[in-house]
Amino acid sequence: MESNKYILVEDCCRHYSIELSFVRELNDQGLIELKQTDGMYFIDNEYIGLLEKYVHFYYDLDINMEGIEAISHLLKKVEHLQAELRSLKGSML
Amino acid sequence: MEYIDYYKVLGLDKNASADDIKKAYRKMARQYHPDLNPNDAGAVKKFQQINEAHEVLSDPEKRKKYDQYGANWKQAGQFEEAQRQQGQRGAAAGRPFGQEYDEHFTYSDGGDFSDFFSQMFGGSRGGNRSQPRFRGQDYRAEVRINLTEAYKTHQQTFTVNGKNIRITVPAGIANGQEIKIKGYGGPGVNGGPNGDLYLSFDIVNNTAFTRKGNDLYLDAGLSLYKAILGGEETIETMDGKVKLSLQPETQNGTKVRLKNKGFPVYKEEGRFGDLYITWKIELPVNLNDKERALFQQLAEEAAKK
Repeated sequence: MESNKYILVEDCCRHYSIELSFVRELNDQGLIELKQTDGMYFIDNEYIGLLEKYVHFYYDLDINMEGIEAISHLLKKVEHLQAELRSLKGSML
Repeated sequence: MEYIDYYKVLGLDKNASADDIKKAYRKMARQYHPDLNPNDAGAVKKFQQINEAHEVLSDPEKRKKYDQYGANWKQAGQFEEAQRQQGQRGAAAGRPFGQEYDEHFTYSDGGDFSDFFSQMFGGSRGGNRSQPRFRGQDYRAEVRINLTEAYKTHQQTFTVNGKNIRITVPAGIANGQEIKIKGYGGPGVNGGPNGDLYLSFDIVNNTAFTRKGNDLYLDAGLSLYKAILGGEETIETMDGKVKLSLQPETQNGTKVRLKNKGFPVYKEEGRFGDLYITWKIELPVNLNDKERALFQQLAEEAAKK
């Protein structure tokens, strides 16, 4: 495991002032991916942006885990449709 | 610069309780948060207004000042100055914006706030814990390049939202692949970090090759005579010309694999896929009398077998 690519989840929780159970639940719901080594959980650097987003949803906007899951799914759809629209606009030029 | 009715921004009346303000803010933030409205500049603007309204109304000191001066905010500075001078002359009691206030709000920059806010409160928010910092939204853009460009690592300059960005596109990039450029997305709100820019590559095949992963496929024409008698054939690969030996009696559709002559493997310098050549035998056309007679002879010879 490349050490600079993964961050200890406890460090993340301290940094964002969030509970470990919240990050674990995101992992359980498949919204982020944690790696477990020697009983410790690590988060891939790539997921930090996504984690921040979910932290805002949950702690700042009062959206529960089910809501985050639904939003995450719909956002993917929106982004896919936006990409398709950009591509279609591009091919019409 | 116009007076902003922060109550109106949050859809509240002036008697709204702290709880009403919190609820209204959260409700509107859920509607306009940049993370919930990808690539929507209008939502970002609206969200900044909501944030600003919340910043003022959720802070009792700011709300008091805002309520006190309201639409007469332009006079606020003059009143304050007069009050402060009075205080310095010994009337410390009754200063609405005394030393304590100054210590509390040490503003640094007003980047995300309106001119109205900066004028009235002296700059951007200062150390208010309840005001969250938001990362800017991620931007997404599509870049179209040719397969020949994708074959080699190259520098490319893009203009995204008026900003010129020069990046290195590594050889072997796949169609639809995304490259993340950190910090080139939308600006953060309340001093939060910028979002990222995701460039998605649309690769246009401007060659005769078919790309499947790192391997390339090519249908190559072969004359009937060379297919029967064998010999050498020169093939144009992505990497230059290659001379191939042909066995006599090469059949139509025969496939030849040229190791490491395919597409470069993304971010693995020196590694390449393979090139598969399928021979497509071309039958001669516009035969002259002599050729036709020779084929006739061949046919008769074959019939004897």
